[in-house]
Amino acid sequence: MTLLNDAPMAAPAHALTDEQAALVDMVRDFARHELEPHAIEWDRTKHFPVDVIRGAGELGFGGIYVSEDVGGAGLTRADAALIFEELAKGDVTIAAYISIHNMVAWMIDTFGDGAQRERWVPRLASMEHLGSYCLTEPDAGSDAAALSTRAVRDGDEYVLTGVKQFISGAGSTDVYIVMARTGEPGPAGITAFIVPSDAAGLSFGANEVKMGWNAQPTRAVILDGVRVPAADRLGGEGQGFTMAMKALNGGRLNIAACSLGGAQWALDRAVQHIRTRRAFGKPLSEQQSLVFTIADMETELQAARLLLRSAAQSIDTGHPDVAAHCAMAKRFATDVAFTAANAALQLHGGYGYLAEYGIEKVVRDLRVHQILEGTNEIMKLIIGRSVLEKAS
Amino acid sequence: MRIIVLIKHVPDTWEERVLDPATGRLDRSASERVVDEITERALEAALALKDSDKSIEVVALTMGPGESTGAIKKALSMGADSGIHLVDDALAGADAMTTAATIAAALRDAGADLIIAGNESTDGRGGMLPAMLAEHLGLPALTFISDLVVEGGRVRGERATETATSVVSAALPAVVSITEGMPEPRFPSFKGIMGAKKKPVASHSLADLGLAADATPRAASVVLSCEPRPGRTGAEPIVDDGSAGQRLADYLAQQRLV
Repeated sequence: MTLLNDAPMAAPAHALTDEQAALVDMVRDFARHELEPHAIEWDRTKHFPVDVIRGAGELGFGGIYVSEDVGGAGLTRADAALIFEELAKGDVTIAAYISIHNMVAWMIDTFGDGAQRERWVPRLASMEHLGSYCLTEPDAGSDAAALSTRAVRDGDEYVLTGVKQFISGAGSTDVYIVMARTGEPGPAGITAFIVPSDAAGLSFGANEVKMGWNAQPTRAVILDGVRVPAADRLGGEGQGFTMAMKALNGGRLNIAACSLGGAQWALDRAVQHIRTRRAFGKPLSEQQSLVFTIADMETELQAARLLLRSAAQSIDTGHPDVAAHCAMAKRFATDVAFTAANAALQLHGGYGYLAEYGIEKVVRDLRVHQILEGTNEIMKLIIGRSVLEKAS
Repeated sequence: MRIIVLIKHVPDTWEERVLDPATGRLDRSASERVVDEITERALEAALALKDSDKSIEVVALTMGPGESTGAIKKALSMGADSGIHLVDDALAGADAMTTAATIAAALRDAGADLIIAGNESTDGRGGMLPAMLAEHLGLPALTFISDLVVEGGRVRGERATETATSVVSAALPAVVSITEGMPEPRFPSFKGIMGAKKKPVASHSLADLGLAADATPRAASVVLSCEPRPGRTGAEPIVDDGSAGQRLADYLAQQRLV
């Protein structure tokens, strides 16, 4: 018996098309000029560079896989995987925020009606408006379907009450997609709403003090009787959880790509360092144990890259096992990338521990990728259950 | 209005650039090729004009071997409307005179209201081509310009010299060469990149330009020999016996560096 569906995963993209190579070139230029020189400072001062992010929006970063008719770039998930990997080499945290923003823009583009798409998506695609995705709650993380924020119908409006936790960009962004309960317990009772930042009754918690991802704010979003017109309900009642999970498939690949980019940057730095740093009369790169470390880093990052690109093609081609493929790519890439970044820190010795070298920042930033967009334990549940379902 | 921008595909400025000792010519395989940074600013100047007047048509023109289409593709992805590629094996080794004559032949009937070039390319750094081109075409040349303005059928710009800033202007059509003082080029957008292959690129050989290969003026200057730059010769080490600071300052003052 083969793993999961009998149809093999789509063949991984071993070679880039001319357009993809040009996309990567552009993102590399952008990341090197606009992100990398500032990344350490933004981390230290907890600065969310909205002006730079808006500049990225003008180039198409706000709607990478959003339809062109509402201002998106209309690219594939395979393209997006390349773009996020390259972007993260400049700054993991900013690349990861842009991933979350793209989930929001994509959800309204994909599940919104004509009026919603026209009203919300163009300004998200251009990043004139920034988006936040609000699923997690203080008491509902991995068990997201147990969320308790309520949306009660009142005439032509819904009244939303509850607290969303760990919301990226919150307080600095303009458009919030909020998953709230309109019906029965469990996933089938959840509905998605589009809430603008100026809605009465919407407020934000303090900017969380955290291990990494310092260049984007993380706050609680507090909904205290927020009245949302029924016209801003995304999809039908009870469809919210399914839409949120579909958005997360893409989000997981983007985060996997961000991990890969951060780790590749750290690996490149480590290679430079051990080639020039001398100890015991020769360059560190002549110490066999360090050569083996580099080999493991390279091998695992390449394996993650193939799994990632393959999963991206699974979304692009509508493969039936797409959720498991995305979970595998996310679990594997975020784990091996964290390990590789940590190894890069070790290869740098004491310098790796200094903020100035940027390596410890990447380690801190990548650590949370094993937790968010579904913990890696949840990824294993998705993968394992998919396999077992096939056998039953 | 039609603006033609001269762009050039050059070895990456930040990499090692190598001359082939046998031919005295650039070894194009030795490093990655990029669009010359100053000519990218020339393109940016044209695109900035187009931003404020959508009716402006921007054409990117380059002369170079087949692979130079990479430079045109980049220009199209940044926002140029079309490209012109002058490509002919007989042009290998062309010097500034030959290059100017060839580009002039291509521009003579191209209907350009404004021709924008970089003041020099980052590889050859001859800095003569824009003036030669203007001479061939019988057009006014505003060279070494920063701060470019087009209005009322005229082009105006500032040229900084060691002692003053000149404001120069000319009636269109004209040739302008810009310096690195002009704004940095924009990044291509995703849409620009994906749309670039749909834009037209015309390719012209010498015969197409009415310049038969054998009648083309041979390069008037040729490189007879070249040799690698010698390694740095030993500097005088200063061992600090308490006077190193003074000696270093004296040295810098002697070399008129401070």
